[in-house]
Amino acid sequence: MRSRGWFPRIALVLGLIFLYVPIVSMIVFSFNNSRLVTVWDAANSPTLKWYHILVHNGQILSAAWLSIRIALIAATGAVILGTLAGMALARFAAFRGRMLLAGMTTAPIVMPEVITGLSLLLLFVAMEQLIGWPHGVGAVTITLAHITFCMAYVTVVVQSRLTGFDESLEEAAMDLGARPVKVFFRITLPLILPAIASGWLLAFTLSWDDLVITQFVAGPGSSTLPMVIFSKVRFGVTPDINALATIMVLLVATGIAISTVWMRYREKRRERDAQLAAAANL
Amino acid sequence: MSAGAQVNSPQMAATDPDQAYVRIAGVTKKFGDFVAVDNVSLDIRRGEIFCLLGGSGSGKTTLLRMLAGFETPTAGTILIDGADMSTTPPYERPVNMMFQSYALFPHMTVEKNVAFGLEQEGVSSADAKRQVAEILDIVKMTGFGARKPHQLSGGQRQRVALARALVKRPKLLLLDEPLAALDKKLREHTQFELLSIQQRLGVTFIVVTHDQEEAMTLGTRLGVMNQGRIVQVGSPSDIYESPANRFVADFIGSVNMFEGQVHRGGSDGVRIDCAELRGTVHADRTVACAEGATVWTAIRPEKITISRHSPVAGAPAENMVRGTVREIAYMGDMSIYLVQIESGKMVRVTLPNIMRGGERPIAREEGVWLSWHGSSPVVLTE
Repeated sequence: MRSRGWFPRIALVLGLIFLYVPIVSMIVFSFNNSRLVTVWDAANSPTLKWYHILVHNGQILSAAWLSIRIALIAATGAVILGTLAGMALARFAAFRGRMLLAGMTTAPIVMPEVITGLSLLLLFVAMEQLIGWPHGVGAVTITLAHITFCMAYVTVVVQSRLTGFDESLEEAAMDLGARPVKVFFRITLPLILPAIASGWLLAFTLSWDDLVITQFVAGPGSSTLPMVIFSKVRFGVTPDINALATIMVLLVATGIAISTVWMRYREKRRERDAQLAAAANL
Repeated sequence: MSAGAQVNSPQMAATDPDQAYVRIAGVTKKFGDFVAVDNVSLDIRRGEIFCLLGGSGSGKTTLLRMLAGFETPTAGTILIDGADMSTTPPYERPVNMMFQSYALFPHMTVEKNVAFGLEQEGVSSADAKRQVAEILDIVKMTGFGARKPHQLSGGQRQRVALARALVKRPKLLLLDEPLAALDKKLREHTQFELLSIQQRLGVTFIVVTHDQEEAMTLGTRLGVMNQGRIVQVGSPSDIYESPANRFVADFIGSVNMFEGQVHRGGSDGVRIDCAELRGTVHADRTVACAEGATVWTAIRPEKITISRHSPVAGAPAENMVRGTVREIAYMGDMSIYLVQIESGKMVRVTLPNIMRGGERPIAREEGVWLSWHGSSPVVLTE
């Protein structure tokens, strides 16, 4: 793009500084030899010492493993429930309790997390007293809580995709002899799959780094990674946290880079196809 | 042509060609308080192309969707080949539909799209492959099987949609505005191709369209719809030459309409006094209506003769009027003259441009006589 003077450039540079300097400094200090986070030990740096310590820290590793498991299950559960809710809201114009469902599914997005967390805790305690399940708070209640608030985001994503969906595609499939269940799996599901995939990724990310709600519904022995990091930081930041954060940044950046390249490729192919079709039309 | 179509289907000889193949009996569809289809009864014969013609909101699409099974009638029954379809879901009806948007599955290739219907029936993959190749050959799309819909042009997509709807050899094919998305040149070409495919396969077609030209060229019979009701059913020429009422006359083609009073019935037709014409229209067909009743005479623009001099010597006679040419539109094959008659009303006259050359017989602002034959006016009582 053509430059339009000094103002946009300065805005761009300032924006990049604000966004990335904290991350870059964190990455740099993860290779620092010193125990003190803010003092650069020039003699012995860079070093992979903290990465070494990190992979031998059982507490962090088990917390990370728990977080991954919870995020996988919560994202999958949220996608299933959120897709169903999104379909109901997008497809059925008027049914009893539609407003209630719409309000309930999207409430966790606007509700303060503290309130969501507290109300879920109260619910779990009451449920245990009434039906004996779940047994105390722990990984199960964390997963349930994460499904609850992640589902709201999946619902919104899926619903907006279905609103622009050409319903005659489903009618055509039915007209050709496919029963409704088959229509869903052969036609609807493949076409809304991109929305479901991005809903799943969103849910995974939200579950992965949720702290506030998790604090309420977690029990002893079920500390997720954000909880461990947060409690460690309260006793002073150690550089192994920097190393952990650097690994996470690296993973996220790789994922984004791959998806960007793939999207570019698809876009180019689509453009070429459209040109071919237009040429055939002449 | 109809004899040729009958040969294709062996059962044809046994059944009476006039017997209804699709019977719509007293069908009504309400959406809340809105009556979309109002007590429609219609018989459609085997092997014909029946066009439902009407403006938007006339209920034609709702009727089509009830035949496909996407809507359930509020009242009435639909029989297809003698079987009651009232409780049959769309996926069990011997009916296929070609959608206005074509509704091709974007994530499947042309071949997979066309094979989808066969797959639901459990046809073996070798058989399905052969049938798909056959139907793609019929719609002239051989060689495009591996493409995805977004790699096709509009005309090609239309062919694939047709192939997909025809591959199961349905008893009835429903077409929702089949040509609306194509440009004019392609549309004309496709119309004739659709006709030849229909004759080759002998499938009964029901076409919904708002385009009267499309309906006239495609349809063996037309049903004109207005406000949820069937206003008239007949062959294209029936509907054009003998419209049942003012709505049909005005909706199909263009027409000059004059209000008047029945002046004298009799053995040689009726005479109508028209204030707008300052004269009398003589129609040589008799019409059942009372002396003095208000009626409308409709005269098609191509059935009016335009001349500089009075076509009869002496006093002005029946079926003629004086006017001044106000506007001439040159259309190539014909010219449209807008003639203002003495009462101020504009009359539309079309003349074919038979002779090549720039000279027009009549110029703008010239005084002319308009006249027509006694067989031309249609007398409408409603």
